[in-house]
Amino acid sequence: MEHNKVIQVTHLTKTFGDFTAVNAISFEVEKGEIFGFLGANGAGKTTAMKMLIGISTPTSGKARVAGFDVFTHAEDIKRNIGYMSQKFALYDDLTVKENITFFGGIYGLSRKQIREKSALLIDELGLEKVAHSLVGALPLGWKQKLSFSVSLIHDPKIVFLDEPTGGVDPIARRQFWEMIYKAANRGTTVFVTTHYMDEAEYCDRVSIMVNGRIEALDTPKKLKEQFKAANMNDVFLKLARG
Amino acid sequence: MGITVRNISKTYKNVKALQDISFAVKPAEIFGLIGPDGAGKTTLFRILTTLLFADEGKATVAGYDVVTAYKDIRKSVGYMPGKFSLYHDLTVEENLNFFATIFGTTIEENYELIEDIYVQIAPFKNRRAGKLSGGMKQKLALCCALIHKPKVLFLDEPTTGVDPVSRKEFWEMLKRLQEKEITILVSTPYMDEAALCDRIALIQAGKILQIDTPEAIVRHYPKQIYNVGASNMYALINSLKAYEHKHSVYPFGEFVHYTDRRSNFNPEDLRRYLESQDLRQLAIEATAATIEDTFMELAK
Amino acid sequence: MKRFRGFIQKEFYHIFRDKRSLFILFGMPIAQILLFGFAITNEINNVDIAILDHSKDATTEEIINKIGASKYFSIQQIIEKEADIETIFKKGKVKAVLTFEKDFSKNLIKEHKATVQIIADATDPNTANTISNFVNAILQKYQNELNKEVTIAYQIVPETRMVYNPELKSVYMFVPGVMTIILMLVSAMMTSISITREKELGTMEILLVSPIKPFQVILGKVFPYIFLSIINAIVIVLLSLFIFDMQVQGSLFLLGLESVLFIVSSLALGILISTISASQQTAMMISLMGLMLPVILLSGFIFPISSMPLPLQIISNIIPAKWFIIILKGIMLKGVGIQFIWKETLILFGMTVFFIGLSIKKYKIRLE
Repeated sequence: MEHNKVIQVTHLTKTFGDFTAVNAISFEVEKGEIFGFLGANGAGKTTAMKMLIGISTPTSGKARVAGFDVFTHAEDIKRNIGYMSQKFALYDDLTVKENITFFGGIYGLSRKQIREKSALLIDELGLEKVAHSLVGALPLGWKQKLSFSVSLIHDPKIVFLDEPTGGVDPIARRQFWEMIYKAANRGTTVFVTTHYMDEAEYCDRVSIMVNGRIEALDTPKKLKEQFKAANMNDVFLKLARG
Repeated sequence: MGITVRNISKTYKNVKALQDISFAVKPAEIFGLIGPDGAGKTTLFRILTTLLFADEGKATVAGYDVVTAYKDIRKSVGYMPGKFSLYHDLTVEENLNFFATIFGTTIEENYELIEDIYVQIAPFKNRRAGKLSGGMKQKLALCCALIHKPKVLFLDEPTTGVDPVSRKEFWEMLKRLQEKEITILVSTPYMDEAALCDRIALIQAGKILQIDTPEAIVRHYPKQIYNVGASNMYALINSLKAYEHKHSVYPFGEFVHYTDRRSNFNPEDLRRYLESQDLRQLAIEATAATIEDTFMELAK
Repeated sequence: MKRFRGFIQKEFYHIFRDKRSLFILFGMPIAQILLFGFAITNEINNVDIAILDHSKDATTEEIINKIGASKYFSIQQIIEKEADIETIFKKGKVKAVLTFEKDFSKNLIKEHKATVQIIADATDPNTANTISNFVNAILQKYQNELNKEVTIAYQIVPETRMVYNPELKSVYMFVPGVMTIILMLVSAMMTSISITREKELGTMEILLVSPIKPFQVILGKVFPYIFLSIINAIVIVLLSLFIFDMQVQGSLFLLGLESVLFIVSSLALGILISTISASQQTAMMISLMGLMLPVILLSGFIFPISSMPLPLQIISNIIPAKWFIIILKGIMLKGVGIQFIWKETLILFGMTVFFIGLSIKKYKIRLE
């Protein structure tokens, strides 16, 4: 079963001077799991995620992502993961097709693969009519779906989503989650960081970070039982307020 | 002394940002504009705060017309734009002092109004606003918007980008402001915050879908919603969507919210169908509608 | 008034807390003046010159010795005929040729007046000019020595001729130019950036939705920069006076007034820029491309306007900096009074009024 653990983190720590941003966190994520990584602003989740995606070296501890060590094989990690952030996703001044081609190229897909992938992707998302329109002109919900698909273009083992659905309308949001379920069902692990607790309800398991530590880690259902809370928001409030 | 909005429309180039919007906010009411990004919330705020002209329609704020009496409105409203608009290179205290002076008042004069909020950020009063956390910026921005004791407070997405603890505290603050007879128009993309308003308007693509109290809005949901759960979420959604009698299927946290087209729906029929689809650990139970369900039903 | 004071106080906080703008404000003028000053240095050392002596008498020999003895010049060659001058310049080593007229001594004694021609290679105009000044100084000194014990003064008349670049620019020319650029930069770019920053931050929305009046916002934005620009102008003048021994020939008071006029016109331009740009970046781009480049290229700072193609000469008329540079040169270098530059002043004044009017008209009290 060991090979089914696509993320293995033990005592991972990151300090900046005498400030400990991430304090000896440990957790595992399985293949095909939707893992919610929650915490308030400044709780350390962005720092932790940066270490996992290989753009920041941990101070101490161990972490393997997609089978590679974050200390020694950061470049291999980058090739085997997808990343989507709310802040930056796609180039607004490129068309849908150009964006797909560009990101396909970044991940080293051949021209043929890119052609096939973009045809498939545009068909799946129903973007035929806007394939040659600038991404900037698309509604936010479409952009997010496209951006998610693009982050999956090289069939990564894990996809990291950084606050993916802020601000979209409820229907688009659900379509987005359906896409996440679909990806997870195919075996892609989905790692979602967010501070919106209602997003947490969709995850298989969630961890909640407070002040650099993981203070809770379980399925949303069990956490709600444990904290006698009606929803994840209340779980979080109880945790954060102590 | 509240807000009245009558048949307001606004078009940018070829985008209809607002279409025939009408509503009224009573004095000392917390009125929520609930809708996603791009629904037109900010445009409406800007029209009401006299920053934009509407193409059509009329509106008054605190009894003043937004076009002809804009100067009076600018004296009597507090406005917190979408991003926390503070001077990042000024300290907490300097920001507050500055906004107090441009409104021709002082911190001391209206201190009792902001006291509750200000004491929370007072320990950081010499810190630059740019170095504050999201929650603190939000509190400081609110203090700045309140410093001249406005009659009407406009809060455009005040809780976006703020953690749940700060969000909760923020809403508690709004309740206290309401007791001080301040009319509050607040917008948010978070449906769960709708329940905290006295009345809400659901807004999507420039149109108001419904206006009522949060309780009435969910009460008027036309169908019974069922929470459906199974071990494989993706297969469950696909099976439900393929079910011939389905009315709506939306993932909703750990469950799927399902409504049936039939009036004599029996959950056991659905269970049998889902079992035939090889789904395990099935759970089906009736649940109450939420604002979000209503929103989706209306926006569909 | 209290509002206005509060606003100005806030502006000063912004300026003094932003290292970048502080640098532009104070580092830049000093750096530019020093850079231009030392790059266009007026120090010369052992410059190679040639002598063409048509007279070959005691006086010319004495003068030649004096020049050769100075550390500034080394006499590279003695040539015999006019035709050699051209050849020797073409070789490039010799920077100047001194030509003594025929019967130099005789003329000096008989007519109390003799002529030396200084022909300088002005491809490097600053060196050429400096050479000519130094030769003049040596001649002047010699002449003073001669005249100590005589009643009718002897006069050695140096005739300077610049070859290759007859439009010689003065060493001091850079001061008016740099001053113009810096005042423009500080006033126009900094104001437009500081206004657009408020747009980006969203604080402009709050300011608009407040009882503070638009002209108070504008004045509040502009006032600190008037103040800082004046300080800058003073710093530049002081630097030129004390580090480069330049002298302001005309009235300092008039210089101050004209500078304020130019600063105000630049500030108005800055406000105008801020009304058409939504971000700091755009404001900076427009300021640099739309203001700085024309000022550098078309104002006569670097390239003489009279040698520009006609269309550019015409365009240069709409650049306020052109008029300001003319005014500055007049006051600083020629020492003229208002009676000689009233026309330029009037044009600048007209432009200023126009820009202020336009920017007030363009300044929006709403977002559209």
